[in-house]
Amino acid sequence: MQLESMYQEIILDHYRNPHGRGLREPFEAEVHHVNPTCGDEVTLRVHLDGDRLADVSYEGMGCSISQASVSAMYDLVIGKSVPEALEAGEHFMTLMQSKGDASVAEKLEDELEDAVAFAGVSKYPARIKCALMSWMALKDAGARALSVAHPTTSTGGQNA
Amino acid sequence: MTQTVSRPEAGAQKAPLPLDVEAIRADFPILSRTVRDGKRLVYLDSGATSQKPRSVLDAERDFYETCNAAPHRGAHQLAEEATGRYEAARATIGAFIGAPAEEIVFTRNSTEAINLVAYALSNAVTAKEEQFRRYAVGQGDEIVVTEMEHHANLVPWQQLCERTGATLRWLGLTDDGRLDLSDLATVVTERTKLVAVTQQSNILGTINPLGDIVARAHEVGALVLVDGAQSVPHQPVDVTELGADFLVFSGHKMLGPTGVGVLWGRYEVLDALPPFLTGGSMIEVVRMEGSTFMPPPQRFEAGVPMTAQVIGLAAAVEYLLALGMDRVEQHEKALTAYALAKLAEIPGVTVIGPPDTVARGGAISFTVDGVHPHDVGQVLDDLGVEVRVGHHCAWPVVRRYGVPATTRATFYVHTGYDDIDALADAVRKAQEFFGVATPVTTREAG
Ligand SMILES: Cc1ncc(COP(=O)(O)O)c(C=O)c1O
Repeated sequence: MQLESMYQEIILDHYRNPHGRGLREPFEAEVHHVNPTCGDEVTLRVHLDGDRLADVSYEGMGCSISQASVSAMYDLVIGKSVPEALEAGEHFMTLMQSKGDASVAEKLEDELEDAVAFAGVSKYPARIKCALMSWMALKDAGARALSVAHPTTSTGGQNA
Repeated sequence: MTQTVSRPEAGAQKAPLPLDVEAIRADFPILSRTVRDGKRLVYLDSGATSQKPRSVLDAERDFYETCNAAPHRGAHQLAEEATGRYEAARATIGAFIGAPAEEIVFTRNSTEAINLVAYALSNAVTAKEEQFRRYAVGQGDEIVVTEMEHHANLVPWQQLCERTGATLRWLGLTDDGRLDLSDLATVVTERTKLVAVTQQSNILGTINPLGDIVARAHEVGALVLVDGAQSVPHQPVDVTELGADFLVFSGHKMLGPTGVGVLWGRYEVLDALPPFLTGGSMIEVVRMEGSTFMPPPQRFEAGVPMTAQVIGLAAAVEYLLALGMDRVEQHEKALTAYALAKLAEIPGVTVIGPPDTVARGGAISFTVDGVHPHDVGQVLDDLGVEVRVGHHCAWPVVRRYGVPATTRATFYVHTGYDDIDALADAVRKAQEFFGVATPVTTREAG
């Protein structure tokens, strides 16, 4: 069975006991993302303290990969600045594009912590979207929260 | 083969199968490949697209190797032969559903066939020819669908309503996966212009009582479009018995190639519709100021058609006819009965749709408590069992039954009891893997 390479114990732990789950106040931005091929959904809120992520709260339904991914992401990004969190998202994207190349995962171990366990998902193209959904939601919510916090410097487009 | 000897079980009876599965499998080259490190391919996703027997592949190749040319264009020998084969295929495919050749329009798939009708009904509003305005849809008119439609038979009607100001109405579903016809007379009324309904649900497996619906629709002067994407491949369908005005189906779901679908329409209805796509091959006379169009079916076949695919589809029809559609239907019924019984033996598995084989086809959707369908599908795939997971392009249906998605197994002529045993075993493995298997002894106890 190749299943174990995808469903690492860490992933199953996050799935069974998700960290940070539930929608909380206060928040500056809330987004709702859907994976249209399977109907999985996540609602995600971001609360900033200055430019740091003081809280990321979420609610959603989906497969073990999507649910574990948001939990591992929560652990990784709390306390980071939005740009730092987005950089982690870039690393995660790199991992998802690695097609199971172990050397990529090795290099990203420090940056991604538990989230590096998702390396096995990169071998299953149909599941990559599941792992990425929460990161896409965070990117979206982070940008919106920043534009609320600093309306003049935003790239959100409302100055157009 | 790899069939394990099973104990006689109370529910799951293996009735003799009408089709010779081993002989049929030998006709499908793809079934001899393995997947995921040498596992036998257990293909239970024919509802999404079917595999192709060698005779279909040979027919396409033979066309390209011997008489490839654009049909209905040119007067050389190849063009004549290509036209002859293309039109002979039309006759074969028409006869398969009891229709004359001139009522058969080739499209890309069912989706395009439905769009063809939906666009014809709105193009009718602005048609300059009086003859094409008969079925025009506008404000105050209503289109009726059902809650179990595939997106292909829902979204084009939503869009038609948005273009024309007509209103979309629908028939709901009962808890056991059937159409709720209790308000048929109040939903289908004098305002209804067209009723679009599937014959067999791709997600629930339900076979709908079309007779009642057609009778009511015609009573109020509405057209009826039947989505046969999941029925024509799996049961005998005869348009003269159906009584509807349109029937659509896809070649790729009935052992034929991708890229070819069929719109059957009652000739006098087709003849009153304006074209959907326009261009070459569908015109009568073209002047700079305007053009006139050919009669059906050519009016609806703009451009050089998918000739090889049409010929491949005729070969698929011949393959199915040689098996006998009655036997195909009975074969799948036996498999469905067995699969429903096998799944019912697994605690935590719930079938979404009719629980028995009465008015039911072979699409079996189910949920597994505590395991998301994606994860079920992943474990199954690891064992070589290929099913579909998700909302199956029928999002309102999964919403109606309060589940995010389902796992779906679908059968065809090469499916045997060993495939279903593999499915049931794999579902149990998925439960074990995700730690939700109830420690049961029923398997031994039988
Ligand atoms: C019931 C039903 N209708 C319509 C379609 C659309 O068929 P196609 O994708 O070939 O256009 C499908 C399958 O995808 C189906 O199952």
